[in-house]
Amino acid sequence: MTDMTASPSGALATDARLRARLRQRKRKQVILQGLGLGAISFAGLMLFILVASLVSTGYKAVTQTHLTVEVFVDPQEISVDKLPRGGFRDVLAAALIKEFPDMAEAGRKDLRALTGVYSNGAQFRLRDMIVADPGLIGQTVTLTVPVSDPFDQLQKDLIKRETPQAQRRVDDRQIAWFDTLAERGMISEPINWGLLTNADSRFPELAGLKGALVGSFWALLVCFAISFPVGIGAAIYLEEFAPKNRMSDIIEVNINNLAAVPSVVFGLLALAVFLGWFGLPRSAPLVGGMTLALMTMPTIIISTRAALKAVPPSIREAALGVGASRHQVVFGHVLPLAMPGVMTGTIIGLAQALGETAPLLLIGMNAFITSAPGTPLDSATALPTQIFIWADSPERGFVSRTSAAILVLLGFLVMMNGIAIYLRNKFERSW
Amino acid sequence: MYDTSISEKTVTQNSIKFSARNVQVHYGDTHAIKDVSVDIEDKTVTAFIGPSGCGKSTFLRCLNRMNDTIDICRVEGDIRLDGQDIYDKRVDPVQLRAKVGMVFQKPNPFPKSIYDNVAYGPKIHGLARNKADLDEIVERALRRGAIWDEVKDRLNEPGTGLSGGQQQRLCIARAVATEPEVLLMDEPCSALDPIATSQVEELMDELRKNYSLVIVTHSMQQAARVSQKTAFFHLGNLVEFGETGQIFTNPQDERTESYITGRIG
Repeated sequence: MTDMTASPSGALATDARLRARLRQRKRKQVILQGLGLGAISFAGLMLFILVASLVSTGYKAVTQTHLTVEVFVDPQEISVDKLPRGGFRDVLAAALIKEFPDMAEAGRKDLRALTGVYSNGAQFRLRDMIVADPGLIGQTVTLTVPVSDPFDQLQKDLIKRETPQAQRRVDDRQIAWFDTLAERGMISEPINWGLLTNADSRFPELAGLKGALVGSFWALLVCFAISFPVGIGAAIYLEEFAPKNRMSDIIEVNINNLAAVPSVVFGLLALAVFLGWFGLPRSAPLVGGMTLALMTMPTIIISTRAALKAVPPSIREAALGVGASRHQVVFGHVLPLAMPGVMTGTIIGLAQALGETAPLLLIGMNAFITSAPGTPLDSATALPTQIFIWADSPERGFVSRTSAAILVLLGFLVMMNGIAIYLRNKFERSW
Repeated sequence: MYDTSISEKTVTQNSIKFSARNVQVHYGDTHAIKDVSVDIEDKTVTAFIGPSGCGKSTFLRCLNRMNDTIDICRVEGDIRLDGQDIYDKRVDPVQLRAKVGMVFQKPNPFPKSIYDNVAYGPKIHGLARNKADLDEIVERALRRGAIWDEVKDRLNEPGTGLSGGQQQRLCIARAVATEPEVLLMDEPCSALDPIATSQVEELMDELRKNYSLVIVTHSMQQAARVSQKTAFFHLGNLVEFGETGQIFTNPQDERTESYITGRIG
């Protein structure tokens, strides 16, 4: 029954023209594969260079040099009745003079060179300790505080000892003091948790990302709370209920355009509307979140519509066929099946929002703020704007901290995208 | 080729379930159904046959107003179910679809458990007063769908995990669960293998005792095997409608004869 073509065995292998064509096809395939591999390798190499350069500068910020001293809390300098004030700085200086008795009679300038090893935050750390427990007055306490930035750089070999004295920020005498302290085991280099638990500071050794992390958290929360319900609502209406006419076409084109609008434009809009007309507070994560929501919404609408479209029509028909009403079809069947796609789109939209800088600059979220925001209405920075501020700072200690902050941001982005991929794989179904 | 037994099937006159008069359907500018008038009897299998694109599925979808969901589709004419105009403004398509169930070409169970698939219709129409009631409805529907024995021990497993033929019978059970009077089937066996097809065909014959069945099919053998009445559609016209045996053995119209002998189609 079958139609057999009579062909002599071996004809496949001997026909020269056929073989030439085959060779040519094979060559094209090899070239295409090579190009693809090349593109991927190039992208991989670029990613590697980016991460490697960040890690090679950022790892210095993983530790922070600390100085441990025995401080005698002199009741003559610090008295219980006017506690928040007092000679905390003098008490700290006395602790160092005890280590170097020949400095006892030194002039004010020399003394300042010696106490320069303390971070500016040391006196506040001591004050907070004593305010919390006034019983410490008159006793000797062991205090571990960060050293100031130049000494941290020295410890991490970022300031080279062989550099001529005039060209480095610590002079030979200070290096000698520092080395003596190190010999006596008073210098340590623990993990720099302050990078995550401190708020911003003018002093690199005290600066941390807490304010930026909390600010970004509030902003993303506001962004999610606005863009998720509004985006899904808009997508459901457009995809399932809106009549297909000129109006809905115009809306669709505009939503796609909105997704492509440069983010700085949204910043200008927020500046004019949220700050100008509504009079909302400047630098607040609430406003930041509202601005980011404007940007995230088109992404969520587009991905939700795509997810709704991907639900096969047979499911709608099945539900309609047993007499479900239109909203029962959408909310009972189509939307639950589209949810994994919606979640993936939302997380990717939020990840974009997390990395967005330009609109936040315009609403003032690049202010210098030394405490973490307690509510979305307090002034704050966000992770990308904090990076922007640090990258702009002249202190050398901020170089490694900027890289470390970028790594923290990248870590969050990788985590969010990872969750999106996990959700997609977990709930993906084949029809 | 044709089953000779069909002409011997007893054909008794049943009451009219659906009566359609001068039905016209337009898809945008396309005139898909042209002036179709037909009476569909109760407790009878009526088959719609015809070449692809002849309008048989479109006409079937008029009977439970599934065409309403297509924006560009316009239905004119008069279709009555038990004497009531189903396109009347006061008729809610949701209620109509509970009375006129539908089974589709590709088995399309919900991606939920077998139990939930069947229970969904009764739930949204409020047919069950309590859980025990619902259990009973589900069991009865699955029995009518001739699938109860195969799934009774795994009602909580997803309906999508069943084989194609089982899925289609589950879909039939789902359609039956809302206590419909008419079952519309749009090429219900075209995605099934021969064994599953014969099971579904047996089931149709069984269902005929309680329901009016309307099936659209591409297979003339299937129409000959399961139906008592056959309607032949061609280019949007209802060319011929009559006893199945008569259509297949002694067609009155030249086009019908050409189609069943394989010259057009």
